[in-house]
Amino acid sequence: MAGMTFAKALNAGLRKAMERDPKVVLMGEDIGRLGGVFRITDGLQKDFGAHRVIDTPLAESGIMGTAIGMAYRGYRPVVEIQFDGFVYPAFDQIVSQVAKMHYRTRGAVTLPITLRLPYGGGIGSPEHHSESPEAYFAHTAGLRVVSPSTPQDAYTMMQEAIACDDPVVFLEPKRRYHDKGEVDEGLGPGAGALPMGSARIAAEGSDVTLLAYGPMVKTCLDAAVAASDEGVSIEVIDLRSLSPVDYGPLEASVRKTGRLVIAHEASQTLGLGAELAAVLTERCFYHLEHAPVRVTGFDVPYPPSKLEFHHLPDLDRILDGVDRALDRPNSLSGLEDGA
Amino acid sequence: MSTGDDGSPIQLLSPHGERRPHERYDALVADLGPEALASLYEDMVVARRIDAEGTALQRQGQLGLWPPFLGQEAAQIGSAHAIAPDDFIFASYREIAVAYARGIPLPDLMRQWRGAANAGWDPFRHNMAPTQVVIGAQSLHAVGYAMGVQFDGAETAVITYFGDGATSQGDVNESMVFAASFQAPVVFFCQNNHWAISEPVGVQAHVPIGLRAPGFGIPSARIDGNDVLACLAATREALGRARSGNGPSYIEAVTYRMGAHTTADDPTRYRDANELEDWRGRDPISRLEAYLRAEGVLDDGLRARAAEKADDVAAALREATIHMPDPAPGELFEHVYAGPHAALDRQREHFERFHAGFDDHAAHAAGAHTEGAR
Repeated sequence: MAGMTFAKALNAGLRKAMERDPKVVLMGEDIGRLGGVFRITDGLQKDFGAHRVIDTPLAESGIMGTAIGMAYRGYRPVVEIQFDGFVYPAFDQIVSQVAKMHYRTRGAVTLPITLRLPYGGGIGSPEHHSESPEAYFAHTAGLRVVSPSTPQDAYTMMQEAIACDDPVVFLEPKRRYHDKGEVDEGLGPGAGALPMGSARIAAEGSDVTLLAYGPMVKTCLDAAVAASDEGVSIEVIDLRSLSPVDYGPLEASVRKTGRLVIAHEASQTLGLGAELAAVLTERCFYHLEHAPVRVTGFDVPYPPSKLEFHHLPDLDRILDGVDRALDRPNSLSGLEDGA
Repeated sequence: MSTGDDGSPIQLLSPHGERRPHERYDALVADLGPEALASLYEDMVVARRIDAEGTALQRQGQLGLWPPFLGQEAAQIGSAHAIAPDDFIFASYREIAVAYARGIPLPDLMRQWRGAANAGWDPFRHNMAPTQVVIGAQSLHAVGYAMGVQFDGAETAVITYFGDGATSQGDVNESMVFAASFQAPVVFFCQNNHWAISEPVGVQAHVPIGLRAPGFGIPSARIDGNDVLACLAATREALGRARSGNGPSYIEAVTYRMGAHTTADDPTRYRDANELEDWRGRDPISRLEAYLRAEGVLDDGLRARAAEKADDVAAALREATIHMPDPAPGELFEHVYAGPHAALDRQREHFERFHAGFDDHAAHAAGAHTEGAR
């Protein structure tokens, strides 16, 4: 397939943002000469210099905390935390400092920091390299949380996140880094309607609404194709923004289909699916033909790679969830609580 | 690490106010005439009075909490007098005397302790960040700011304050790694006041805290934190090093927290009264008074002027605190985000409608609010 990989699209988006604004600086471990362990920053230090693409000490809290000071000074830091499971040492600086500084200072300090976080599983990595920590950040007031699912959105949303005056947690679905897609390089800030805050209807359908974001969108689209072979029409919606959620298109879809399935890799309990189900139930109660269904990772620590494909929702588990929403025979048939 | 001859903290003033010569530091305070010395004295006297007033206001229910800095006036005022207007300060919650010396308006000093806001002032009006509650977190902000200064090619220095407890935190250690690696123009000013709530400094460090910085490649000085001249000299030297492109410095000011950790703390549960008495003998203000009297700078006139200033500041502080208006209910939702956020905007709208309902009730049935509006 022609087009640009997800990884290249992120790289091109970073480059565009750096060209547009000399205050944009990149900070992170191994992002300079190496170009990052996933090569997302490949070639940027060579072209922009070591003051624009800063190889930092190996200290996640240090990276986040100094990015705050840089932003205080008028810079727009784009921070890379190398892997999802390494973001926790920086958690205090993210949730107690980055998220709260604008509120704390009654608007005097803006922290336009973009936190790039390769996240999610499915690449056969060791422990701490496959986690989905989005709920921690979406739960935190003051942060915006987004996750693109296509190369075009990766390219455009990266530029939007960097141009945004609020801190943005930018979740990169690492198992999609090598997927390819068409990218219009004219689509960036200033180009009119932009994706970052808006949900996208990835596939139209009429029987079931299937919500996903980041790495699960492709899996859900595959599920929709498989379901159509059985005569079930699934509408797949890509959230793009996890905080805030663009509920308009979601409500419209649920009112149309009356059935809601939510899929994410993160564990189920208090995950984003719980919030989506609660809000859409409140707003679409009389349109629902069945309780919202969640298809998620289990409430286990991220498992070793030989088990991860049992943990991650795949096409079959999503279709099973669709069957539950449609009251068709499914893996829970016969259980009284149906949960 | 620079120390006194016998490894003790560097002193320019003995506890009895005798001037002690120092090879490097003497030149750094040689310009201090009677006026500058009087100004140091006056600021310390006023700072002590602010502390007393803060404690009293808390006891009277006017403040939610107050973190006393009694005994740390020399460390805070001495270092603050070295800071240039362009320099930027990232301090902890106890650096109230630093904020006062920086010229932060009196109501702004009290706002966060009153609970009217999370922070008191606009950092860019005073080049001082709002004080930090999370222990040591601000040291990284200072280093990042200093890296920005460096990229800008500016001749500005940054200073960060923290206590002995903070030196155990990862952030403070990470900030030293960053500062040394990038040679950032930043000064780490540690007030070793000997107690992190109930934990003595020995729980944080097995060697003098100032010894750590050289391990990071950062020059360090251990000074008497109750000696205002030593504090001023060491901070001037360190800020000068930063401004001239010679990288970070570390200062351990050895002082003592004479009061409680905060007004919610009871130090008699963990602290020996003899220790307190011992430190009372090293009081920073009486030490400066003795020196200034010997120098002929302190007379009844100066004493009276300083006392009068302290009275005025205390009265103004009290007035501002007691009459500080509560924030409007809508402030709850202000400044969470720089731009619109759909989820929060919906909650705000809901809140406003809910709140407006009480107005309707009030209009139609006076007194309904106090009896419940439903």
